[in-house]
Amino acid sequence: MAPLLVAEHVTKRFGGLLAVNKLDFTLEQGSICSVIGPNGAGKTTFFNCIAGFYRIDEGSIEFGGLPIQGLRRDEISHLGIARTYQNIRLFANMTAMENLLVGQHQNLRSTWIGAVLGTRSVREEERLAHEEARRLLRFIGLQGRGDTLASNLPYGDQRRLEVARALAAKPKLLLLDEPTAGMNPAEQGEMTAFVRKLRDDLGITILLIEHAMRVVMGISERITVLDYGEKIAEGPPEEIQRNARVIEAYLGREQAAAVAREASNPPGSLSAEA
Amino acid sequence: MSQLQAETPSGHRVAPETARPSVGDAGWRPVLKLGLLGGAIALYLCLTGIVPIFNPRALIAGLISLGEVALLTTGLGVGYLAARRAPDGPRRALLGATIAGAVAGAFLTALVLLGAAVDLRGIALHASPATYEILTFGFGIPGSWIPIVALGLAAALGGAIQVLPPRLQRPVTTGLMALLVVGLFAGIIRTPMLASPLTDQLGRLLFASEGLTLVGAIVTVVVVLGGQWLNRRLAVRRRGRELPQAQRRRLTLPVALIGLLFVLWLPQGVGSFFAQVVAVVTLYVLMAFGLNITLGLAGLLDLGFVAFFAVGAYTVGLLTSTGEYGIAQWPFWAAVPVAVVLAMLFGAFLGLPILGIRGDYLAIATLGFGEIIRILAGSDLLKPWLGGPRGVTSIPKPIEVTPDSFLAGPLQIYYIALAAAVVVAFVAIRLRDSRLGRAWIAIREDEDVAEAMGVNLVQTKLLAYMLGAAFAGLGGAIFSTLLGAIISSSVNLFVSINVAAIIIVGGMGSIPGVVGGSIFLIGIPELFREFSEYRFLFYGVALIAMMIYRPEGIWPSRIARRELHTTDALEPGDPTAVPATEMGKA
Repeated sequence: MAPLLVAEHVTKRFGGLLAVNKLDFTLEQGSICSVIGPNGAGKTTFFNCIAGFYRIDEGSIEFGGLPIQGLRRDEISHLGIARTYQNIRLFANMTAMENLLVGQHQNLRSTWIGAVLGTRSVREEERLAHEEARRLLRFIGLQGRGDTLASNLPYGDQRRLEVARALAAKPKLLLLDEPTAGMNPAEQGEMTAFVRKLRDDLGITILLIEHAMRVVMGISERITVLDYGEKIAEGPPEEIQRNARVIEAYLGREQAAAVAREASNPPGSLSAEA
Repeated sequence: MSQLQAETPSGHRVAPETARPSVGDAGWRPVLKLGLLGGAIALYLCLTGIVPIFNPRALIAGLISLGEVALLTTGLGVGYLAARRAPDGPRRALLGATIAGAVAGAFLTALVLLGAAVDLRGIALHASPATYEILTFGFGIPGSWIPIVALGLAAALGGAIQVLPPRLQRPVTTGLMALLVVGLFAGIIRTPMLASPLTDQLGRLLFASEGLTLVGAIVTVVVVLGGQWLNRRLAVRRRGRELPQAQRRRLTLPVALIGLLFVLWLPQGVGSFFAQVVAVVTLYVLMAFGLNITLGLAGLLDLGFVAFFAVGAYTVGLLTSTGEYGIAQWPFWAAVPVAVVLAMLFGAFLGLPILGIRGDYLAIATLGFGEIIRILAGSDLLKPWLGGPRGVTSIPKPIEVTPDSFLAGPLQIYYIALAAAVVVAFVAIRLRDSRLGRAWIAIREDEDVAEAMGVNLVQTKLLAYMLGAAFAGLGGAIFSTLLGAIISSSVNLFVSINVAAIIIVGGMGSIPGVVGGSIFLIGIPELFREFSEYRFLFYGVALIAMMIYRPEGIWPSRIARRELHTTDALEPGDPTAVPATEMGKA
């Protein structure tokens, strides 16, 4: 398969701080990949670079063969990249339905004149958009709650609604920033299954930032590990779990040495620590 | 808790547990505080001249004047609040209310006594014997104790309303409100009644030349309370809510027709001065709909609204005027589209450089634009074209009629403004419920996320700005024909402030709110010309009170209400959380 997203030598500085340093990154179409790393490693910064929230200082990012660095956020969204946020950023005072309708914004065509005149095509488009929004509500198990304010939904529902809003844009690539943050293990399990379903049923390529190792190891086909803005490891989960530099980055040198002595640890032991 | 809050009759957002502190907490201190506050307000009302100037007007002829009403209302309000803050128990609440009122009244007594000893007119113009006469209800210095008793009694009444069971509370408050409203508008109701031989006798019976007669007051209270009782009895409103959508739709048409007939009849019934007032109110309704798109939906605080108003007004003025500065002598109907398009282009022109500015900064930048326009319009630089301070005159009326036609004068402008306002409201509603309206609200909620959802910020914001400008231009265009002239002093900052205040007081994003806000802020001050000096004083007080007690406006939209009241009351995941639809219907 052809790579969907190719980042080369991406560098982002904030003053003297190198948030992302010469990062090379490739994402295959139809894959589920994770970016992990300790706090402040530059994961979210990297996301913001892809989605056009930040302008990169050096390097290039190509999406589906097109360079996207320097494009506006809405242009990038039009190309097919949608995202969620580390701290949920729903339109809090809009209902769940309205959030999903805004999500479809870029796929709708009606102009203001058409809306004022209430032409048949506008009405038909609105009807389809509402139908699609209701379908998405069912998809995330929120059927019947469409008129609830986003801010009044339970936390887990808000997370899923945010994902659904991103899906409403019909993206090719979905960037999920800590989709299971603040969830208990049962909810994490649901979210993992949900994300896998997105890829399997809808064929959407998924890149996620995640701290919960159980989720990361359970879902990812490839993992990229960042530390101080640099890529320190990349590979399938089993490989990453055994990687000495990764363990060191997470636990510090001394603990890493201790862990290394117990090298016979079964896979998955990291999850207990993290 | 949320339900209790929602049902507080006054709509105040006081949590029940803080409403009645136990004796141990605060005791009588809040009562005294309220008394002091009431005293300060009463003094303020007297010394700024509100009481003496209101006084010649009567609420009930020969019985109570508006000046006295202002004072007694203060007492009433203090009593109402004091009874809520007083220690538990209805008797203590009443006592507390009376004490608070008496404390407030003591301020006035002190003023009268001090005024008797020293001439205070050097400090405050209105600290005159005439004012003291009013304060003592005509008894002068010997009756200096009277304010204490009067305000104490008024406060006791206020306290009584507070401690009454809700079943009685509502009739008493409605009765008092009805008396106040009908009394204030007595002149407007009386004029058309006397004009017709059919109602002439009745008009004389109910209304004196100023205010209600005693009979009129009794009839008013009886009619209003009777109507309320009937209403509840028939449960018209409740059934109306429970009707299925289709049946409600069928009801809408007759109701709308009656409303339409009323607004068409309105200015004719009440004479030409009122027709002019109603026309101005309608113009403001129209412009408020425009700003509602920019401010209410897209959240762009545009204080340079007057700039587009000016473009519309001067365009029509120049194109149609038969006077000195007229350039084309076009008919009004040809000039209006040009004015609207020009205002829109102007909106784009001014909007482009400031689109990146957010929030408060945008308000400042647009404020600057508004001022530039005002100064330019009156400047010597543009005097050869715009006439400077004397402006463009001899602007003909849109429809040429013989002077004795009923369409002569402000009436036709009213109808034109009304038609324009209906069109604008229609456009505004259609836009609000469209893809574009959702994008505007999304921008207001979170600009960054909206953009990441594919909303083109420049296009979308610019469109909001331009449509708002177009409606302002339309308002200006009609305004210029209302007066037959457009002078530079008409295009001042207050146009912007008035429109913004209408939206804030009426309720952001709400259509009935805009109408109510216009009547309240434009209509009432225009009608009570003798109080026009105090117009902005009332504005200030009204705005502050609104922000404290009802930040979502008199008649808020669904969105604004839930924004300001439900989200902070309901935590996410709160088991008592009510879905927004239910709240919207409630």
